Amino acid sequence: MKYIDEFRDGELARNLGASIAATVQPGRNYSFMEFCGGHTHAISRYGLSDLLPPTIRMVHGPGCPVCVLPIGRVDLAIRLALEQGVILCTYGDTLRVPASDGLSLMKAKARGGDIRMVYSTIDALQIARDNPDREVVFFAIGFETTTPPTAVAIQQADAEGLKNFSVLCCHVLTPSAISNILESPEVRQWGTVPLDGFIGPAHVSTVIGSRPYEFFAEEYRKPVVIAGFEPLDVMQAILMLVRQVNEGRAEVENEFARAVTRDGNLKAQDRVAEVFELRREFEWRGLSVVPYSALRIRAKYGSFDAERRFNLDYRSVPDNKACECGAILRGVKRPQDCKIFGTVCTPENPIGSCMVSSEGACAAHYSYGRYKDMH
Amino acid sequence: MGEVKRGYVRPLDLKHGRVDMTHGSGGRAMVQLISELFAKHLGNEYLGQGNDGAVLPAPTLHGRPGRLVMSTDCHVVSPLFFPGGDIGCLSVHGTVNDVAVMGAKPLYLAAGFILEEGFPLADLARIVESMAHAAREAGVPVVTGDTKVVERGKGDGIFITTTGVGVLPDGLDLGGSLARPGDVILVSGSLGDHGVAIMSKRENLSFDAPIESDTAALNGLIDAMLATGAGLRCLRDPTRGGLAATLNEIATQSGVGMMLYEQAIPVKPVVAAACEFLGLDPLYVANEGKLVVICDASDGERLLNAMRAHPLGRDARFIGDVIADDHHFVQMTTAFGGKRIVDWLAGDQLPRIC
Repeated sequence: MKYIDEFRDGELARNLGASIAATVQPGRNYSFMEFCGGHTHAISRYGLSDLLPPTIRMVHGPGCPVCVLPIGRVDLAIRLALEQGVILCTYGDTLRVPASDGLSLMKAKARGGDIRMVYSTIDALQIARDNPDREVVFFAIGFETTTPPTAVAIQQADAEGLKNFSVLCCHVLTPSAISNILESPEVRQWGTVPLDGFIGPAHVSTVIGSRPYEFFAEEYRKPVVIAGFEPLDVMQAILMLVRQVNEGRAEVENEFARAVTRDGNLKAQDRVAEVFELRREFEWRGLSVVPYSALRIRAKYGSFDAERRFNLDYRSVPDNKACECGAILRGVKRPQDCKIFGTVCTPENPIGSCMVSSEGACAAHYSYGRYKDMH
Repeated sequence: MGEVKRGYVRPLDLKHGRVDMTHGSGGRAMVQLISELFAKHLGNEYLGQGNDGAVLPAPTLHGRPGRLVMSTDCHVVSPLFFPGGDIGCLSVHGTVNDVAVMGAKPLYLAAGFILEEGFPLADLARIVESMAHAAREAGVPVVTGDTKVVERGKGDGIFITTTGVGVLPDGLDLGGSLARPGDVILVSGSLGDHGVAIMSKRENLSFDAPIESDTAALNGLIDAMLATGAGLRCLRDPTRGGLAATLNEIATQSGVGMMLYEQAIPVKPVVAAACEFLGLDPLYVANEGKLVVICDASDGERLLNAMRAHPLGRDARFIGDVIADDHHFVQMTTAFGGKRIVDWLAGDQLPRIC
C-alpha cells in the first residue's frame, strides 16, 4: 500500500487541520463544493469534517456517476434486458439505481433479465465473443474517467468485426455540469447556495487535464483546486482554497500534480473524439436537461450504438415527488434536509439515486455520518 | 445409508467419471457413491451404523450432563476450490465454528450434498477428502448424511449443508445480547482474508494476490480461551458481512453502541491493497477462521495472551470498546482522528465506478 498510506497519515492530517484552523479568517464563512463523489466518499469515510473548523462547509456536488443517471436511462437498459433478451453488462454500482415500476437492474435480473456486472469493458467484449448467438449490450455510464475505455471497446469490437456487441452510451461531461451549477439561479441570482470555490475532480482530471477549469476560475471568479481522492489530498486542497479566498485569488491550482497535467491524457482524448460526439442535450437527474453535456456514438460507429440498433426512444420519467436528490445534487439542500432521508429512503431501499452509491451524498451521510444528526 | 450388494461392481471412476442422475436415485449407484466416497473418507462408528439417523451417546461434559447446542449452515461458494481451502473444509469449519462460538464442545456433524448432474467425480472426491481432513483435525466426526442429485443446470456443481451438534456445560452462557458498556472488543487476527482469496479467483476478476483463505476450525482456540475463566460475553465468527455485520448484530441485540479504533484493526497489506483497487471495505469482507470477542474489560489482557499463545490467535488484537448508545451505532475513530459510522451493509458490496 505504498503510495497510498502516505496520503492517509493521521498525524499529517491533524497538522493540516491545525493549519486550516489557523488560516481561516475570523467571522468569515467558507463554502466549498467537492464536485466528485470520490471526494464526498473520502470526506465521510475518514470523518474529515471533524478535522475542519465549523466555519468551513463542504457542499456535495453532482459528480457521482450513478447519482446523475435519470430513471429514463435505466428504464432503457431494463427494457433491453427484459424485452429484447440481450445480455446487459454494466458496472457494479449501476445495478441498484431505482428505475420505473419499482424496478432496478438488480430486480430486473431476478425477473429473468440476463444482467451481468463487469469490472471493465474488456469483460463485456469477452462476453460478446463467448456468446456469438446473443446480443450483448454494455450499459456505459460515467464521467470522463470511464469514457476512454468505452471508446477503446467500440474500436476493438469494430476491428474484430464483433457483430453482436453494442453500447448504450450515457457518458456525461464534467465541465457542463459545473457550468450548470454556476449558472443556476441559486448560485447566480439568489445566492442561496454560497459557493466560494471548488475541489476539482481527481480521476476525471487525469483525462481532461486542468485546462478546462481555467474558464470557471476566470469567468465566474471561483477558485478551483484539483485534488486526489485520498483524505490528505482533500485536506490540502481545502487549505489551498482557503488561502485563495483570503487572498482574493480565483485560480486553478493542482494539488494532484502527481497524476494530473494541464493538458491531460491526449491519447485518451483522441480516442474519445474518434468514437464520440456531443449530444445536443441530455437529461441529468437533479440538473434536468443540460445542453451539450453528454456524448453519443458517432455515425461511423453507428452499428455499435444500442440506441440506433434497437430503435430506443428515450422517455423522461420524473423522480419521486418526495425525493430531494435534485436539490441535493445542486447543493441547494443537504441529505438530512430531505423528508424521506433515512426513513423511506435508505441504502437498503433507495428511492433516490443519491442513496445508491457510497459516493452519493445521501448514502455517504447515511452510512458514515448520520449519528451526528441524532446526538 | 445402505450397503452395496455383493458381486462385482465397477469402482467409481474418480478420474473421469461424472455425477449423473442415478447417483441421486436411491439405487445401486447412489449406494456405491456413498460407500466408495462418503463412507470411505468420513467413516466412523456412528456413520457406520448405517441407519437414517445416528444413535449417539448422551452428551456429558466432565462427567456431568450438559445442554445441547445445534447449528446448521448451507455452503454455496464460487469457485469451489480457492487458495487456502475449498467448499469441503469450509462446510466443516463453518458449522464447527457456529457451535463452538456458543461455548459448546462440537461433537457431531451431519452433511447434506446436492450434486449437479455432470459434476466431475474427481472434484467431488477432492471435496470429500478435504471434509474428512477438516473433520479429523477439528475432532468432530460426520455421523450422518444425505445426497441428492439435480439435473444439469439446476445446481451450481455442488451445494453442501452441514449440521453440527455440541454440548454446553452448565453455567456457561455466551450470546449476542450480553455485551455491556465498558466491555472490550477483541479479534483473533487479520480481517478479510477469506473474502479476498475467493474474489481473487472469480472468473472475471482473477488477480495474483499471495493471499489464502483463513478457513479454520476455531474450537481449539475457543477451548484455550474458555480455560482462562475470563468473563466472556459473546463470541462470533464474522463470516458473511464481515466484522461490520457481526458487531452491528451484537450492538442491536445487546442494546449498546460500540467504538472501534481503525488503527488497531488488523488487515494484511495485501488484503488492504486488493480491497483498495476493488473499491471494497475490508470491514465488510467475509472471514472463515476468525473470532470476534466481547469480554469484561478487566479480563481483556489475560484473554489476549491466551489467544496469542494459540496458532489461530497469534495476531489477536484489542480493537474497540462497548459504549452506551441509545441508537446502537457502531462507530469508528478513523486513523485520521475523525469519526464515522460502521453501518450494516446494504445488499452486496458493489465496486464503485469513479
